[in-house]
Amino acid sequence: MKLHEYQSKELLERFGVVVPRGEVTSDPDEARRIAAGFGGKCVVKAQVLMGGRGKAGGVKLFESADDAATFTKELIGKRLVSIQNPAGMVVEKVLVGELVDIAEEYYLSVLLDRAEQRLVVMISKEGGMDIEEVAEKHPDAIVRLHVDPAWGVADFEVRDAVIRAGIPGPAQRQMVAMIKGLIKAYEESDADLVEINPVAWTPEGKLIAADAKVSIDDNALFRHADYEATKDDSADDPLEAEATRLGIAYVRLGGEIGVIGNGAGLVMCSLDEVSAAGGKAANFLDVGGGAGAERVKTCVELVLKDPNVKGLLINIFGGITRGDLVAEGILGAFEQLDVQVPVVARVEGTAADKALEMLAGSKIVGAQTMQEAAQKIVELTRG
Amino acid sequence: MAILIDKSTKVVVAGMTGKEGSFHTQQMIEYGTQVVAGVTPGKGGQELFGVPVFDTMHEAVERTGANASLVFVPAPFAADSVLEAEDAGIPLAVLITEGLPIQDSVRLVNRLNSNGSTRLVGGNCAGLITAGQCKMGIMPGYIFTPGPVGMVSRSGTLTYEVVWELTRAGLGQTTCVGIGGDPCPGTRFLDALEMFEADPETKAVVMIGEIGGTDEEAGAEFIKHGMTKPVVAFISGRTAPPGKRMGHAGAIVSGGLGTAQSKVDALLAAGAQVADKTSDVAGLMKDALSAVAV
Repeated sequence: MKLHEYQSKELLERFGVVVPRGEVTSDPDEARRIAAGFGGKCVVKAQVLMGGRGKAGGVKLFESADDAATFTKELIGKRLVSIQNPAGMVVEKVLVGELVDIAEEYYLSVLLDRAEQRLVVMISKEGGMDIEEVAEKHPDAIVRLHVDPAWGVADFEVRDAVIRAGIPGPAQRQMVAMIKGLIKAYEESDADLVEINPVAWTPEGKLIAADAKVSIDDNALFRHADYEATKDDSADDPLEAEATRLGIAYVRLGGEIGVIGNGAGLVMCSLDEVSAAGGKAANFLDVGGGAGAERVKTCVELVLKDPNVKGLLINIFGGITRGDLVAEGILGAFEQLDVQVPVVARVEGTAADKALEMLAGSKIVGAQTMQEAAQKIVELTRG
Repeated sequence: MAILIDKSTKVVVAGMTGKEGSFHTQQMIEYGTQVVAGVTPGKGGQELFGVPVFDTMHEAVERTGANASLVFVPAPFAADSVLEAEDAGIPLAVLITEGLPIQDSVRLVNRLNSNGSTRLVGGNCAGLITAGQCKMGIMPGYIFTPGPVGMVSRSGTLTYEVVWELTRAGLGQTTCVGIGGDPCPGTRFLDALEMFEADPETKAVVMIGEIGGTDEEAGAEFIKHGMTKPVVAFISGRTAPPGKRMGHAGAIVSGGLGTAQSKVDALLAAGAQVADKTSDVAGLMKDALSAVAV
């Protein structure tokens, strides 16, 4: 669950990280008042959960409170579009913050290092650009510090890492403190990413988190009812948001062939097969283990809500999931939904024989293997 | 004796009285697994399918000699159940539960590794099966048949798909290890490959990976330098877009890491065969096995 910048900054501040003063609002008059509090010198930042928001025109600096208010009025309700998010997102809130003078920009993040199976702090004195870009252009400029799950980190290890990263002497003490705060924030709030980019080093010698990105581990939300209450699913595709509410693993992919299967690996593999057969998948959908007829019906309904879908591929390998119940769900969906697109179903495993028998009299096309099913649906969709 | 489990394995099921736990306990008993105990705190003294339920893991071990724990306990309590199994001296814990918080799995896996007395398989996995001997998981038992092929996979249903093809092609299996779809699993490709290499009954290995992480690449390193047995691999998610999580918490391409292509390249460079389609695995395996026989 991604948090907005203002929420991320509030969270980090609780762990001792210095953040710029600022307030969030959706009202231009409020924006004027907040900006006036900084003598008019401020930055107005759209609070949308997407990358590339600066380039999309969602961030501007101002010298006067009136200009900040005018810009806020323009932004609220506007759809911002970026390369990372071509569908764009509507701005509902802005963060009005004090301007931070920046002498140098650094980078900090905490995340899971899957290969080492522990948390890693990434430190770089090359801040302000995407870390992927840094990794590509200056791979030596990123220093990694692993966190022992039992011991945490010792101060000297953090100091060493900061020195290795080339952070200048006067900034080192504050950097060590910021890193320790970040690790604590990550652990105590069950984050799966904490990133500050840039970390601003001001001419006055203060280290400030000029931007902040925190994402909370969805699996740990049961420990954090407070975040769940603030969940903003406007970043999600509307069908993805609906799937989340229904507890269905669904990802929209933009093609024309709807895909339903059981088990993440099998569904991913079905997408590959659709592509190999020359089609483009509209979505990923995993019905989950042991799905019954009602659940399958709901899934078919969800996939067909995508107007791009011109055909549907259903690929089930029954284990705990029973083929006959899947067939019942498909037939039920057909009865109620007046399905106009071609459907190819491949059912194998538990109670597959019964399933095929049930589907035999219907408009649904059967297939023996996943590859055959993918080829058939691609052909039928071409018309 | 295949790897990890066989007909002498005595299984205790943590969370046996729950919906999933009881369903699969019954299935496992039907397969022939020795399910000797269940553990559900507060339900000690009950019996299910003739199997006694205990309040604690210690009691279950003392009374029944259980030496492997299968965990169905809900995610918030799952790590605790594995730690309890470790403390009770159980050398193998298989965690079926999905949705373990990242930090729980990081702490759990690191503690188990540093103590070194209990191997964890999972979480979010289909479990283990040694064909014809012991099923310790949620896979449909009838698709497996005993034979010389070892198998390790991050995906449950994709394993069934490939096993079914192998079985129909007359290629039986030793043990199938479901390592699961989480980003911080207890057992990784490398571990399973090492065990298969050391197992005299396993003559060749099928490895099924997917996008996300670099565990397939680490497995490829071992195939290159430490493995004498042939490996046939399949990688799913070749067409998955970066930044989108494909169902499994670990199946995501991010920051340029974990692409299907990088895994396929690493495996090919290590001398493994890589199947383009699941339906090609059995054919490649047949060739690999006949080469071994010569």
